[in-house]
Amino acid sequence: MSVQELEQIFLAKIEQEIRIEPKDWMPDAYRKTLIRQISQHAHSEIVGMLPEGNWISRAPSLKRKAILLAKVQDEAGHGLYLYSAAETLGTTREQTINDLHSGKAKYSSIFNYPTLTWADIGAIGWLVDGAAILNQVMLCRTSYGPYARAMVRICKEESFHQRQGFDILMVLSKGTPEQRAMCQDAINRWWWPSLMMFGPHDSESTHSEQSTQWKIKRMSNDELRQKFVDMIAEQVKVLNMTLPDEHLKWNEETKHYDFGGINWTEFWNVVKGNGPCNKQRLDARRKAWDEGAWVREAASAHAAKRKMRQEKQIA
Amino acid sequence: MTKDATYNYLLHLADNALILAQRNSEWCGHGPVLEQDIAITNISLDLIGQSRSLYQYAAELINEGTGAATEDTLAYLRDTRDFKNCLLVEQPNGDWAQTILRQFFFSTYQFFLYQRLQQSGDAHLAAIAEKSLKEVTYHVRWSSEWVIRLGDGTEESRNRLLNALDELWMFTGELFVPSAYESEAFKAGIGVDVSALKANWEQRVNEVFEEATISIVSTSAWMQSGGKEGAHTEHLGFILAEMQYMQRVYPGCEW
Repeated sequence: MSVQELEQIFLAKIEQEIRIEPKDWMPDAYRKTLIRQISQHAHSEIVGMLPEGNWISRAPSLKRKAILLAKVQDEAGHGLYLYSAAETLGTTREQTINDLHSGKAKYSSIFNYPTLTWADIGAIGWLVDGAAILNQVMLCRTSYGPYARAMVRICKEESFHQRQGFDILMVLSKGTPEQRAMCQDAINRWWWPSLMMFGPHDSESTHSEQSTQWKIKRMSNDELRQKFVDMIAEQVKVLNMTLPDEHLKWNEETKHYDFGGINWTEFWNVVKGNGPCNKQRLDARRKAWDEGAWVREAASAHAAKRKMRQEKQIA
Repeated sequence: MTKDATYNYLLHLADNALILAQRNSEWCGHGPVLEQDIAITNISLDLIGQSRSLYQYAAELINEGTGAATEDTLAYLRDTRDFKNCLLVEQPNGDWAQTILRQFFFSTYQFFLYQRLQQSGDAHLAAIAEKSLKEVTYHVRWSSEWVIRLGDGTEESRNRLLNALDELWMFTGELFVPSAYESEAFKAGIGVDVSALKANWEQRVNEVFEEATISIVSTSAWMQSGGKEGAHTEHLGFILAEMQYMQRVYPGCEW
Protein backbone atom coordinates (compact mmCIF):
# COMPACT_ATOMS: atom_id res chain seq x y z
CA MET A 1 0.00 0.00 0.00
CA SER A 2 1.29 3.44 -0.79
CA VAL A 3 1.84 6.08 1.86
CA GLN A 4 -1.04 8.08 0.39
CA GLU A 5 -3.38 5.15 0.78
CA LEU A 6 -2.21 4.52 4.34
CA GLU A 7 -2.73 8.15 5.14
CA GLN A 8 -6.26 7.97 3.70
CA ILE A 9 -7.07 5.06 6.01
CA PHE A 10 -5.56 6.91 8.97
CA LEU A 11 -7.55 10.06 8.31
CA ALA A 12 -10.72 8.08 7.76
CA LYS A 13 -10.30 6.48 11.17
CA ILE A 14 -9.82 9.88 12.76
CA GLU A 15 -12.90 11.10 10.93
CA GLN A 16 -14.99 8.14 12.13
CA GLU A 17 -13.76 8.50 15.71
CA ILE A 18 -11.93 5.17 15.58
CA ARG A 19 -9.00 5.17 17.99
CA ILE A 20 -5.50 4.88 16.57
CA GLU A 21 -3.66 1.96 18.20
CA PRO A 22 0.11 1.34 18.56
CA LYS A 23 0.37 -1.10 15.66
CA ASP A 24 -1.65 1.03 13.24
CA TRP A 25 0.10 3.02 10.58
CA MET A 26 0.35 6.70 11.50
CA PRO A 27 2.09 9.71 9.97
CA ASP A 28 5.51 10.42 11.43
CA ALA A 29 4.43 13.87 12.50
CA TYR A 30 1.45 12.43 14.40
CA ARG A 31 3.77 10.03 16.20
CA LYS A 32 6.26 12.79 16.99
CA THR A 33 3.57 15.14 18.24
CA LEU A 34 2.22 12.46 20.54
CA ILE A 35 5.63 11.48 21.87
CA ARG A 36 6.32 15.14 22.60
CA GLN A 37 2.97 15.72 24.26
CA ILE A 38 2.73 12.48 26.26
CA SER A 39 6.28 12.65 27.54
CA GLN A 40 5.82 16.30 28.44
CA HIS A 41 2.72 15.26 30.31
CA ALA A 42 4.60 12.43 32.07
CA HIS A 43 7.41 14.78 33.06
CA SER A 44 4.85 17.22 34.48
CA GLU A 45 3.53 14.48 36.75
CA ILE A 46 7.02 13.63 37.95
CA VAL A 47 8.33 17.17 38.38
CA GLY A 48 4.94 18.03 39.89
CA MET A 49 5.74 15.69 42.78
CA LEU A 50 8.43 18.11 43.97
CA PRO A 51 6.52 21.25 45.00
CA GLU A 52 3.94 19.19 46.88
CA GLY A 53 6.54 16.78 48.22
CA ASN A 54 8.08 19.85 49.81
CA TRP A 55 5.29 19.78 52.43
CA ILE A 56 5.03 16.08 53.24
CA SER A 57 7.41 16.28 56.18
CA ARG A 58 5.63 19.37 57.54
CA ALA A 59 1.97 18.52 56.93
CA PRO A 60 0.03 19.90 59.89
CA SER A 61 -1.81 16.73 60.91
CA LEU A 62 -1.36 13.00 60.48
CA LYS A 63 -4.48 12.82 58.34
CA ARG A 64 -3.22 15.58 56.02
CA LYS A 65 0.19 13.95 55.88
CA ALA A 66 -1.30 10.64 54.78
CA ILE A 67 -3.55 12.30 52.19
CA LEU A 68 -0.69 14.35 50.75
CA LEU A 69 1.67 11.40 50.62
CA ALA A 70 -0.95 9.31 48.84
CA LYS A 71 -1.58 12.15 46.43
CA VAL A 72 2.06 12.61 45.50
CA GLN A 73 2.30 8.86 45.10
CA ASP A 74 -0.65 9.01 42.70
CA GLU A 75 1.30 11.51 40.59
CA ALA A 76 4.15 9.02 40.38
CA GLY A 77 1.64 6.43 39.23
CA HIS A 78 0.34 8.81 36.56
CA GLY A 79 3.89 9.35 35.40
CA LEU A 80 4.25 5.58 35.04
CA TYR A 81 1.08 5.18 32.93
CA LEU A 82 2.17 8.03 30.71
CA TYR A 83 5.73 6.83 30.22
CA SER A 84 4.22 3.49 29.25
CA ALA A 85 1.84 5.18 26.80
CA ALA A 86 4.83 7.01 25.27
CA GLU A 87 6.68 3.70 24.96
CA THR A 88 3.92 2.31 22.74
CA LEU A 89 5.06 4.90 20.20
CA GLY A 90 8.57 3.49 20.05
CA THR A 91 10.45 5.56 22.60
CA THR A 92 11.96 4.25 25.84
CA ARG A 93 11.49 5.61 29.34
CA GLU A 94 15.20 6.18 29.67
CA GLN A 95 15.35 8.16 26.43
CA THR A 96 12.38 10.23 27.49
CA ILE A 97 13.87 10.94 30.91
CA ASN A 98 17.19 11.90 29.35
CA ASP A 99 15.36 14.46 27.24
CA LEU A 100 13.91 15.97 30.40
CA HIS A 101 17.30 16.13 32.09
CA SER A 102 19.02 17.65 29.08
CA GLY A 103 16.36 20.35 28.92
CA LYS A 104 15.14 19.22 25.50
CA ALA A 105 11.75 18.12 26.79
CA LYS A 106 9.52 20.51 28.70
CA TYR A 107 7.11 20.05 31.58
CA SER A 108 4.30 22.22 32.85
CA SER A 109 5.72 25.59 33.92
CA ILE A 110 3.40 25.78 36.90
CA PHE A 111 5.75 23.52 38.85
CA ASN A 112 8.48 26.12 38.65
CA TYR A 113 6.73 28.14 41.33
CA PRO A 114 7.59 27.54 44.99
CA THR A 115 5.25 26.18 47.69
CA LEU A 116 5.80 28.65 50.50
CA THR A 117 3.02 27.83 52.94
CA TRP A 118 0.70 24.95 53.75
CA ALA A 119 -2.10 26.81 51.95
CA ASP A 120 -0.16 26.33 48.71
CA ILE A 121 -0.91 22.61 48.95
CA GLY A 122 -4.60 23.46 48.97
CA ALA A 123 -4.24 25.97 46.15
CA ILE A 124 -2.34 23.50 43.99
CA GLY A 125 -5.02 20.87 44.47
CA TRP A 126 -7.85 23.25 43.74
CA LEU A 127 -6.40 25.45 41.00
CA VAL A 128 -3.56 23.51 39.40
CA ASP A 129 -5.27 20.11 39.46
CA GLY A 130 -8.50 21.87 38.55
CA ALA A 131 -6.91 23.35 35.44
CA ALA A 132 -5.20 20.08 34.60
CA ILE A 133 -8.48 18.17 34.85
CA LEU A 134 -10.18 20.30 32.21
CA ASN A 135 -7.39 19.48 29.82
CA GLN A 136 -7.35 15.82 30.82
CA VAL A 137 -11.09 15.31 30.53
CA MET A 138 -10.77 16.49 26.95
CA LEU A 139 -7.86 14.08 26.43
CA CYS A 140 -9.98 11.10 27.51
CA ARG A 141 -11.40 11.39 23.98
CA THR A 142 -8.08 11.96 22.25
CA SER A 143 -7.51 9.98 19.05
CA TYR A 144 -4.57 7.85 20.25
CA GLY A 145 -5.91 4.83 22.19
CA PRO A 146 -3.23 4.25 24.88
CA TYR A 147 -3.13 7.97 25.72
CA ALA A 148 -6.91 8.21 25.98
CA ARG A 149 -7.10 5.14 28.21
CA ALA A 150 -4.33 6.40 30.51
CA MET A 151 -6.27 9.65 30.81
CA VAL A 152 -9.46 7.92 31.93
CA ARG A 153 -7.64 6.41 34.89
CA ILE A 154 -5.82 9.63 35.67
CA CYS A 155 -8.98 11.76 35.58
CA LYS A 156 -10.67 9.69 38.26
CA GLU A 157 -7.82 10.30 40.67
CA GLU A 158 -7.32 13.93 39.73
CA SER A 159 -10.86 14.96 40.52
CA PHE A 160 -10.38 13.41 43.95
CA HIS A 161 -7.21 15.49 44.37
CA GLN A 162 -9.03 18.64 43.44
CA ARG A 163 -11.67 18.05 46.09
CA GLN A 164 -8.95 17.41 48.68
CA GLY A 165 -7.24 20.67 47.72
CA PHE A 166 -10.48 22.59 48.02
CA ASP A 167 -11.09 20.97 51.40
CA ILE A 168 -7.71 22.19 52.69
CA LEU A 169 -8.63 25.74 51.69
CA MET A 170 -12.14 25.39 53.07
CA VAL A 171 -10.76 24.55 56.52
CA LEU A 172 -8.32 27.47 56.31
CA SER A 173 -11.06 29.85 55.20
CA LYS A 174 -13.03 29.05 58.36
CA GLY A 175 -9.97 29.27 60.60
CA THR A 176 -8.06 32.00 62.42
CA PRO A 177 -7.23 35.34 60.78
CA GLU A 178 -3.73 33.98 60.06
CA GLN A 179 -5.15 30.93 58.37
CA ARG A 180 -7.50 33.03 56.26
CA ALA A 181 -4.65 35.32 55.25
CA MET A 182 -2.55 32.28 54.34
CA CYS A 183 -5.41 31.01 52.19
CA GLN A 184 -5.91 34.31 50.33
CA ASP A 185 -2.18 34.72 49.80
CA ALA A 186 -1.89 31.27 48.22
CA ILE A 187 -4.82 32.00 45.89
CA ASN A 188 -3.22 35.29 44.91
CA ARG A 189 0.06 33.64 43.99
CA TRP A 190 -1.35 30.60 42.18
CA TRP A 191 -4.22 32.18 40.24
CA TRP A 192 -2.34 33.70 37.32
CA PRO A 193 0.13 30.86 36.83
CA SER A 194 -2.88 28.50 36.77
CA LEU A 195 -4.43 30.49 33.93
CA MET A 196 -1.14 30.24 32.07
CA MET A 197 -1.35 26.45 32.26
CA PHE A 198 -3.72 26.43 29.30
CA GLY A 199 -0.95 27.76 27.10
CA PRO A 200 -0.71 30.73 24.75
CA HIS A 201 -3.76 32.31 23.11
CA ASP A 202 -5.14 30.26 20.23
CA SER A 203 -3.71 32.78 17.78
CA GLU A 204 -0.21 32.22 19.17
CA SER A 205 -0.29 28.48 19.72
CA THR A 206 2.10 26.68 17.36
CA HIS A 207 0.95 23.07 17.67
CA SER A 208 -2.75 23.63 18.12
CA GLU A 209 -4.11 23.59 14.59
CA GLN A 210 -2.61 20.30 13.48
CA SER A 211 -3.41 18.66 16.83
CA THR A 212 -7.03 19.71 16.50
CA GLN A 213 -7.22 18.29 12.99
CA TRP A 214 -5.86 14.97 14.24
CA LYS A 215 -8.27 15.10 17.17
CA ILE A 216 -5.42 14.87 19.65
CA LYS A 217 -6.85 18.09 21.00
CA ARG A 218 -10.56 18.77 21.01
CA MET A 219 -10.87 22.16 22.60
CA SER A 220 -8.72 25.24 22.14
CA ASN A 221 -6.51 26.76 24.83
CA ASP A 222 -8.77 29.78 25.16
CA GLU A 223 -11.96 27.73 25.34
CA LEU A 224 -10.55 25.60 28.14
CA ARG A 225 -9.22 28.66 29.96
CA GLN A 226 -12.62 30.34 29.83
CA LYS A 227 -14.26 27.21 31.21
CA PHE A 228 -11.77 27.24 34.07
CA VAL A 229 -12.34 30.90 34.91
CA ASP A 230 -16.11 30.38 34.91
CA MET A 231 -15.78 27.44 37.26
CA ILE A 232 -13.30 28.96 39.72
CA ALA A 233 -14.97 32.38 39.85
CA GLU A 234 -18.00 30.62 41.34
CA GLN A 235 -16.11 28.27 43.65
CA VAL A 236 -14.03 31.05 45.19
CA LYS A 237 -17.23 32.55 46.59
CA VAL A 238 -17.77 29.42 48.67
CA LEU A 239 -14.38 30.07 50.26
CA ASN A 240 -15.25 33.72 50.94
CA MET A 241 -12.00 34.61 49.19
CA THR A 242 -11.29 36.65 46.06
CA LEU A 243 -9.34 36.15 42.86
CA PRO A 244 -6.61 38.74 42.28
CA ASP A 245 -8.13 40.25 39.13
CA GLU A 246 -9.93 43.59 39.18
CA HIS A 247 -11.31 42.91 35.71
CA LEU A 248 -13.02 39.70 36.69
CA LYS A 249 -16.72 40.30 36.03
CA TRP A 250 -19.73 38.29 34.92
CA ASN A 251 -20.74 39.20 31.38
CA GLU A 252 -24.52 38.86 30.86
CA GLU A 253 -24.17 38.89 27.07
CA THR A 254 -21.52 36.22 26.65
CA LYS A 255 -22.71 34.29 29.73
CA HIS A 256 -19.08 34.02 30.75
CA TYR A 257 -16.75 35.80 33.13
CA ASP A 258 -14.56 38.49 31.61
CA PHE A 259 -11.07 38.53 33.03
CA GLY A 260 -7.90 40.61 32.86
CA GLY A 261 -4.85 40.20 30.68
CA ILE A 262 -2.31 37.48 31.35
CA ASN A 263 1.31 38.48 31.83
CA TRP A 264 2.77 36.67 28.82
CA THR A 265 6.23 38.05 29.46
CA GLU A 266 6.26 36.13 32.72
CA PHE A 267 4.83 33.06 30.99
CA TRP A 268 7.56 32.92 28.32
CA ASN A 269 10.20 33.77 30.84
CA VAL A 270 9.30 30.75 32.98
CA VAL A 271 9.03 28.53 29.88
CA LYS A 272 12.55 29.60 28.93
CA GLY A 273 13.88 28.50 32.30
CA ASN A 274 13.83 31.70 34.35
CA GLY A 275 11.05 30.82 36.79
CA PRO A 276 11.76 30.90 40.51
CA CYS A 277 12.34 27.13 40.73
CA ASN A 278 13.27 25.92 37.22
CA LYS A 279 16.82 25.21 38.25
CA GLN A 280 15.97 23.53 41.56
CA ARG A 281 13.34 21.30 39.97
CA LEU A 282 15.61 19.99 37.23
CA ASP A 283 18.53 19.68 39.63
CA ALA A 284 16.39 17.60 41.98
CA ARG A 285 15.30 15.28 39.16
CA ARG A 286 18.84 14.89 37.83
CA LYS A 287 20.17 14.25 41.31
CA ALA A 288 17.60 11.52 42.01
CA TRP A 289 18.39 9.91 38.66
CA ASP A 290 22.17 10.14 38.94
CA GLU A 291 22.27 8.98 42.54
CA GLY A 292 19.96 6.12 41.66
CA ALA A 293 22.22 4.88 38.85
CA TRP A 294 24.10 2.38 41.04
CA VAL A 295 20.79 1.04 42.37
CA ARG A 296 19.44 0.42 38.87
CA GLU A 297 22.74 -1.16 37.85
CA ALA A 298 22.69 -3.44 40.89
CA ALA A 299 19.12 -4.51 40.13
CA SER A 300 19.92 -5.47 36.55
CA ALA A 301 23.22 -7.13 37.51
CA HIS A 302 21.38 -9.23 40.06
CA ALA A 303 18.60 -10.08 37.61
CA ALA A 304 21.21 -11.23 35.09
CA LYS A 305 22.93 -13.41 37.70
CA ARG A 306 19.64 -15.02 38.67
CA LYS A 307 18.74 -15.70 35.09
CA MET A 308 22.11 -17.31 34.45
CA ARG A 309 21.74 -19.54 37.52
CA GLN A 310 18.27 -20.61 36.48
CA GLU A 311 19.47 -21.46 32.99
CA LYS A 312 22.31 -23.50 34.44
CA GLN A 313 19.85 -25.40 36.61
CA ILE A 314 17.65 -26.23 33.64
CA ALA A 315 20.67 -27.32 31.62
CA MET B 1 -0.87 -3.40 85.00
CA THR B 2 -0.78 0.37 85.37
CA LYS B 3 -2.54 2.51 82.83
CA ASP B 4 0.70 4.40 82.36
CA ALA B 5 2.51 1.29 81.20
CA THR B 6 -0.14 0.48 78.56
CA TYR B 7 -0.15 4.09 77.42
CA ASN B 8 3.64 4.17 77.16
CA TYR B 9 3.64 0.84 75.40
CA LEU B 10 1.19 2.13 72.79
CA LEU B 11 3.20 5.31 72.34
CA HIS B 12 6.36 3.28 71.85
CA LEU B 13 4.74 1.20 69.11
CA ALA B 14 3.21 4.27 67.49
CA ASP B 15 6.40 6.36 67.65
CA ASN B 16 8.38 3.58 65.96
CA ALA B 17 5.93 3.53 63.08
CA LEU B 18 5.60 7.30 62.75
CA ILE B 19 9.29 8.17 62.84
CA LEU B 20 10.16 5.54 60.25
CA ALA B 21 7.25 6.73 58.10
CA GLN B 22 8.56 10.28 58.35
CA ARG B 23 12.03 9.16 57.32
CA ASN B 24 10.80 7.03 54.41
CA SER B 25 8.57 9.82 53.15
CA GLU B 26 11.69 11.91 52.51
CA TRP B 27 12.25 9.66 49.48
CA CYS B 28 8.94 10.60 47.87
CA GLY B 29 9.80 12.22 44.54
CA HIS B 30 13.49 11.40 44.89
CA GLY B 31 13.63 7.61 44.54
CA PRO B 32 16.19 5.83 42.34
CA VAL B 33 13.48 4.53 40.02
CA LEU B 34 9.82 5.40 39.75
CA GLU B 35 8.45 1.99 40.81
CA GLN B 36 10.58 2.06 43.98
CA ASP B 37 9.64 5.64 44.71
CA ILE B 38 6.06 4.37 44.79
CA ALA B 39 6.99 1.33 46.90
CA ILE B 40 8.82 3.22 49.62
CA THR B 41 6.02 5.78 49.75
CA ASN B 42 3.57 2.94 50.16
CA ILE B 43 5.48 1.59 53.13
CA SER B 44 5.52 5.06 54.58
CA LEU B 45 1.75 5.26 54.18
CA ASP B 46 1.23 1.90 55.85
CA LEU B 47 3.36 3.00 58.79
CA ILE B 48 1.49 6.29 59.17
CA GLY B 49 -1.72 4.29 59.21
CA GLN B 50 -0.39 2.01 61.95
CA SER B 51 0.79 4.94 64.02
CA ARG B 52 -2.59 6.62 63.72
CA SER B 53 -4.48 3.56 64.98
CA LEU B 54 -2.09 3.29 67.92
CA TYR B 55 -2.15 7.00 68.80
CA GLN B 56 -5.93 7.07 68.58
CA TYR B 57 -6.13 4.17 70.98
CA ALA B 58 -3.58 5.76 73.33
CA ALA B 59 -5.55 9.01 73.28
CA GLU B 60 -8.74 7.17 74.09
CA LEU B 61 -7.02 5.52 77.01
CA ILE B 62 -5.86 8.68 78.73
CA ASN B 63 -8.81 10.88 77.84
CA GLU B 64 -11.56 9.08 79.70
CA GLY B 65 -14.03 11.03 77.66
CA THR B 66 -12.39 14.44 78.00
CA GLY B 67 -11.21 14.47 74.38
CA ALA B 68 -8.12 16.50 75.26
CA ALA B 69 -5.61 14.13 73.66
CA THR B 70 -5.84 13.23 69.98
CA GLU B 71 -3.60 11.42 67.52
CA ASP B 72 -2.26 14.85 66.57
CA THR B 73 -1.52 16.13 70.05
CA LEU B 74 0.40 12.92 70.68
CA ALA B 75 2.37 13.14 67.45
CA TYR B 76 2.88 16.88 67.29
CA LEU B 77 3.02 18.20 70.83
CA ARG B 78 5.44 15.90 72.59
CA ASP B 79 9.14 16.76 72.66
CA THR B 80 12.23 14.64 72.05
CA ARG B 81 12.48 13.20 75.55
CA ASP B 82 8.89 11.99 75.43
CA PHE B 83 9.29 10.05 72.18
CA LYS B 84 9.78 6.35 72.79
CA ASN B 85 10.86 5.05 69.41
CA CYS B 86 13.94 2.89 69.11
CA LEU B 87 17.08 4.54 67.76
CA LEU B 88 17.09 2.52 64.56
CA VAL B 89 14.08 4.22 62.99
CA GLU B 90 15.36 7.76 63.49
CA GLN B 91 18.66 7.14 61.68
CA PRO B 92 19.06 9.17 58.47
CA ASN B 93 18.07 7.68 55.12
CA GLY B 94 21.64 7.77 53.86
CA ASP B 95 21.78 6.10 50.47
CA TRP B 96 19.32 3.51 49.17
CA ALA B 97 21.30 0.70 50.82
CA GLN B 98 20.99 2.29 54.23
CA THR B 99 17.28 2.92 53.81
CA ILE B 100 16.74 -0.66 52.64
CA LEU B 101 18.72 -2.22 55.45
CA ARG B 102 17.02 -0.09 58.10
CA GLN B 103 13.67 -1.17 56.69
CA PHE B 104 14.69 -4.80 56.55
CA PHE B 105 15.92 -4.85 60.15
CA PHE B 106 12.87 -3.04 61.43
CA SER B 107 10.21 -4.82 59.37
CA THR B 108 11.61 -8.21 60.30
CA TYR B 109 11.43 -7.20 63.96
CA GLN B 110 7.94 -5.78 63.52
CA PHE B 111 6.82 -8.95 61.78
CA PHE B 112 7.65 -11.22 64.72
CA LEU B 113 6.37 -8.62 67.16
CA TYR B 114 2.96 -8.20 65.53
CA GLN B 115 2.69 -11.93 65.00
CA ARG B 116 2.69 -12.39 68.76
CA LEU B 117 0.80 -9.22 69.50
CA GLN B 118 -2.16 -10.72 67.66
CA GLN B 119 -2.63 -12.83 70.78
CA SER B 120 -2.57 -9.81 73.07
CA GLY B 121 -5.04 -9.88 75.94
CA ASP B 122 -6.07 -6.42 74.79
CA ALA B 123 -8.51 -7.06 71.94
CA HIS B 124 -8.10 -3.60 70.43
CA LEU B 125 -4.33 -3.91 70.26
CA ALA B 126 -4.59 -7.45 68.91
CA ALA B 127 -6.82 -6.18 66.10
CA ILE B 128 -4.35 -3.43 65.18
CA ALA B 129 -1.55 -6.01 65.14
CA GLU B 130 -3.52 -8.37 62.94
CA LYS B 131 -4.29 -5.69 60.38
CA SER B 132 -0.72 -4.34 60.41
CA LEU B 133 0.84 -7.76 60.05
CA LYS B 134 -0.52 -8.07 56.52
CA GLU B 135 1.27 -4.86 55.56
CA VAL B 136 4.46 -5.75 57.37
CA THR B 137 4.62 -9.13 55.65
CA TYR B 138 4.94 -7.25 52.39
CA HIS B 139 7.52 -4.83 53.86
CA VAL B 140 9.67 -7.79 54.89
CA ARG B 141 9.42 -9.36 51.46
CA TRP B 142 10.17 -6.15 49.62
CA SER B 143 13.13 -5.17 51.80
CA SER B 144 14.55 -8.74 51.80
CA GLU B 145 14.49 -8.77 48.02
CA TRP B 146 16.37 -5.49 47.93
CA VAL B 147 18.98 -6.63 50.47
CA ILE B 148 19.61 -9.64 48.25
CA ARG B 149 19.72 -7.55 45.10
CA LEU B 150 22.21 -5.10 46.57
CA GLY B 151 24.39 -7.74 48.23
CA ASP B 152 24.47 -9.92 45.17
CA GLY B 153 24.39 -7.12 42.58
CA THR B 154 27.47 -5.10 41.69
CA GLU B 155 30.61 -4.49 43.66
CA GLU B 156 29.45 -0.98 44.41
CA SER B 157 26.05 -2.05 45.69
CA ARG B 158 27.66 -4.70 47.85
CA ASN B 159 30.08 -2.18 49.36
CA ARG B 160 27.27 0.24 50.02
CA LEU B 161 25.26 -2.48 51.74
CA LEU B 162 28.26 -3.37 53.90
CA ASN B 163 28.67 0.29 54.82
CA ALA B 164 25.02 0.41 55.77
CA LEU B 165 25.50 -2.64 57.95
CA ASP B 166 28.37 -0.85 59.65
CA GLU B 167 26.17 2.17 60.28
CA LEU B 168 23.08 0.36 61.51
CA TRP B 169 24.09 -2.82 63.26
CA MET B 170 24.70 -1.08 66.58
CA PHE B 171 21.05 0.05 66.66
CA THR B 172 19.58 -3.44 66.35
CA GLY B 173 20.33 -4.64 69.89
CA GLU B 174 17.92 -2.21 71.49
CA LEU B 175 14.99 -3.86 69.73
CA PHE B 176 15.30 -6.95 71.92
CA VAL B 177 16.00 -5.36 75.30
CA PRO B 178 12.68 -4.61 76.96
CA SER B 179 12.04 -1.29 78.64
CA ALA B 180 10.15 -1.18 81.93
CA TYR B 181 6.80 -0.55 80.22
CA GLU B 182 7.38 -3.40 77.75
CA SER B 183 8.13 -5.79 80.58
CA GLU B 184 5.06 -4.66 82.46
CA ALA B 185 2.89 -4.95 79.37
CA PHE B 186 4.22 -8.44 78.76
CA LYS B 187 3.55 -9.53 82.33
CA ALA B 188 0.02 -8.21 82.09
CA GLY B 189 -0.60 -10.31 78.98
CA ILE B 190 -0.93 -7.26 76.75
CA GLY B 191 2.54 -6.88 75.27
CA VAL B 192 5.21 -9.11 73.80
CA ASP B 193 8.46 -10.29 75.35
CA VAL B 194 10.80 -8.72 72.82
CA SER B 195 13.83 -10.61 74.10
CA ALA B 196 12.16 -13.79 72.87
CA LEU B 197 12.00 -12.42 69.30
CA LYS B 198 15.74 -12.22 68.92
CA ALA B 199 16.39 -15.79 67.80
CA ASN B 200 13.74 -15.66 65.08
CA TRP B 201 14.95 -12.29 63.96
CA GLU B 202 18.58 -13.41 63.72
CA GLN B 203 17.62 -16.52 61.82
CA ARG B 204 15.67 -14.57 59.25
CA VAL B 205 18.43 -11.97 58.91
CA ASN B 206 21.00 -14.71 58.45
CA GLU B 207 18.93 -16.43 55.77
CA VAL B 208 18.55 -13.24 53.77
CA PHE B 209 22.17 -12.26 54.28
CA GLU B 210 23.27 -15.66 53.05
CA GLU B 211 21.35 -15.15 49.84
CA ALA B 212 22.80 -11.66 49.64
CA THR B 213 26.26 -13.25 50.02
CA ILE B 214 27.15 -11.12 53.04
CA SER B 215 27.43 -12.07 56.69
CA ILE B 216 26.43 -10.60 60.00
CA VAL B 217 29.09 -8.57 61.74
CA SER B 218 30.47 -9.72 65.05
CA THR B 219 27.53 -10.12 67.42
CA SER B 220 29.65 -8.95 70.33
CA ALA B 221 29.81 -5.44 68.90
CA TRP B 222 28.60 -2.68 71.21
CA MET B 223 24.90 -1.94 70.98
CA GLN B 224 23.45 1.54 71.45
CA SER B 225 20.26 1.96 73.41
CA GLY B 226 18.11 4.54 75.13
CA GLY B 227 15.51 5.47 72.53
CA LYS B 228 12.71 3.60 74.23
CA GLU B 229 13.29 5.72 77.33
CA GLY B 230 13.60 8.97 75.44
CA ALA B 231 17.41 9.14 75.23
CA HIS B 232 17.71 9.61 71.48
CA THR B 233 20.38 10.34 68.94
CA GLU B 234 20.66 13.98 67.88
CA HIS B 235 18.67 13.24 64.73
CA LEU B 236 15.28 13.03 66.43
CA GLY B 237 15.22 16.69 67.46
CA PHE B 238 15.47 17.75 63.83
CA ILE B 239 12.86 15.27 62.68
CA LEU B 240 10.43 16.67 65.24
CA ALA B 241 11.34 20.29 64.53
CA GLU B 242 10.33 19.76 60.93
CA MET B 243 7.37 17.50 61.52
CA GLN B 244 5.84 19.60 64.29
CA TYR B 245 6.55 22.99 62.71
CA MET B 246 2.97 23.90 61.79
CA GLN B 247 1.43 22.79 65.08
CA ARG B 248 4.05 24.72 67.01
CA VAL B 249 3.84 27.94 64.98
CA TYR B 250 0.03 27.95 64.79
CA PRO B 251 -1.08 26.32 68.02
CA GLY B 252 -4.63 25.14 68.48
CA CYS B 253 -5.75 25.43 64.84
CA GLU B 254 -7.86 23.06 62.79
CA TRP B 255 -6.22 21.84 59.60
